[in-house]
Amino acid sequence: MSHLVSIDNVDMRYGGAAGTLAVSGLTMRVDKGEFAAVVGPSGCGKSTLMKLVTGLHIPQTGVVIVAGEQVTKPVSIVGMAFQNPTMLPWRTTLENILLPLEIVEKHRHRLRANKKEYVEKAENLLEIVGLKGFGSKFPWQLSGGMQQRANLCRALIHEPDLLMLDEPFGALDAFTREELWCVIRDLHAAQGVTIILVTHDLREAVFLADKIFVMSARPGRILKEHRVPFERPRDLEVMYQSTFNDMVHELHGEIAKARVVA
Amino acid sequence: MSAMTETATSAAAPAKPLMARINWVKAAPWLYTIALFALWELLVIALDMPPTILPAPTDVFAAIAKYWSPIWKNSLQTLYTTTMGFAIAVVAGLAIGLFIGWSKTIYAGLYPLMIGFNAIPKVALVPILVIWFGIGTVPAVLTAFLISFFPIVVNVATGLATIEPETEDVLRALGAKKMDIMLKVGIPRSMPYFFGSLKVAITLAFVGSVVSETVASNYGLGNMMSSAQSQFNVPLVFAGLLMLAIEGIAMYALMAWLEKRMTGWAHRSTMAQ
Ligand SMILES: Nc1ncnc2c1ncn2[C@@H]1O[C@H](COP(=O)(O)OP(=O)(O)OP(=O)(O)O)[C@@H](O)[C@H]1O
Ligand SMILES: [Mg+2]
Repeated sequence: MSHLVSIDNVDMRYGGAAGTLAVSGLTMRVDKGEFAAVVGPSGCGKSTLMKLVTGLHIPQTGVVIVAGEQVTKPVSIVGMAFQNPTMLPWRTTLENILLPLEIVEKHRHRLRANKKEYVEKAENLLEIVGLKGFGSKFPWQLSGGMQQRANLCRALIHEPDLLMLDEPFGALDAFTREELWCVIRDLHAAQGVTIILVTHDLREAVFLADKIFVMSARPGRILKEHRVPFERPRDLEVMYQSTFNDMVHELHGEIAKARVVA
Repeated sequence: MSAMTETATSAAAPAKPLMARINWVKAAPWLYTIALFALWELLVIALDMPPTILPAPTDVFAAIAKYWSPIWKNSLQTLYTTTMGFAIAVVAGLAIGLFIGWSKTIYAGLYPLMIGFNAIPKVALVPILVIWFGIGTVPAVLTAFLISFFPIVVNVATGLATIEPETEDVLRALGAKKMDIMLKVGIPRSMPYFFGSLKVAITLAFVGSVVSETVASNYGLGNMMSSAQSQFNVPLVFAGLLMLAIEGIAMYALMAWLEKRMTGWAHRSTMAQ
């Protein structure tokens, strides 16, 4: 049992038998501690893949196995972050970050008694993402980039084994994005968490991931799996190497081709 | 209306250094009210209206002073029936709203029924209420309730039904049950809608109680006005209207204050975006 996530020949159709076939014959594996990126044309089923892995959708055919168990209901060992930070405006940033602890079975009964310990943990996370001292602010008092940092903290607070990121940096400016890449890179290195990242930004995928899956146009399946050869820890400088650019170029070509076929 | 604002600003402009200490925005409601009464008084004098058709504000105030004791008693009665009906509407509206917003099926099934019910003029229900409960306080309270609970239901249900799917996904992926999502997201989220609807509901509640009092009660401002009208005591009718307006404004202001107190985040968050 070395794979944390294993998807075998999965079909997922939305809205009954005559509905949209979002993914078909999808097969992929992600090992424990690995950083995987998923790229592909728009609407090819990347978000669907995320929902299959987290158990928000159950596939019609094929099996999804996470941590050795077939997924038949939402799995609570995951943390999720979307492009839209979805912070609750009536809670402070700190309270937003603590929200998963009020839900996850393992923590919800301990929360009240061990509040202090959890708050410390949240503040520690805030510091890591560069939001030290912003815990008492409301999310609408934060900029978009700051909200996205808080969103990452919320996805991590319950120490998930698996972190699912669906275009979390899509709406940010280039500099903030690079800064958050480094935050994610360091979190991955420090905590040994398995990460699956969906992105449209190929440089982001190559910079962060160990493994990149290229998906076909809808109905999505994995066209190709790339290993990213660059050594860790990676510096932002790596992006200016020609091998890096070659890889981005190759991925770009594959996705462009996948779009045309559709 | 625009002519009034123009004269007000042009009159205020040259005297600015003297009157700079007055907060014109704060004072505006009072000034406009006084202006309205003055205009009304002038109109009555200019057209030489008899008080049995349109009494001047001074006549109305005189009537208020003269009939103070019945006006006071009836105003309290109307306030009582209205707030009772409104209170029931708040509790029932919140409960039904939460129930309807709970699931898409319930929402789809009950919504047309609610619309149909709301389309019935509530005056038409008063005779039925009288058959069931007799005349007096009970039908007035119930009419106030029936007319004011609909906006509360719709608003609470809308707040629940419009939870962002992403928020729901994030929580469901953590193993949240429907109940968790409602408690953590749905209910707090629908609170601005709920408190917003209270302002509409309290105004409607007055309509309901007064309508019912007018046709089926021996108490309340509605009854007082209808008997004053049958005695051609038009200043007293207007006095009743004035009291209703005052009660309405007071309750509305209370609801607006409550809304701001309870859901300040909603106003600030929309302002920030
Ligand atoms: N809830 C839904 N109901 C019906 N069809 C859906 C639903 N969600 C997605 N789809 C369809 O499934 C397909 C894949 O959607 P998905 O959101 O997984 O794409 P994506 O790869 O994440 O796209 P993007 O890159 O634009 O985010 C799309 O064609 C979409 O129309
Ligand atoms: Mg998507």
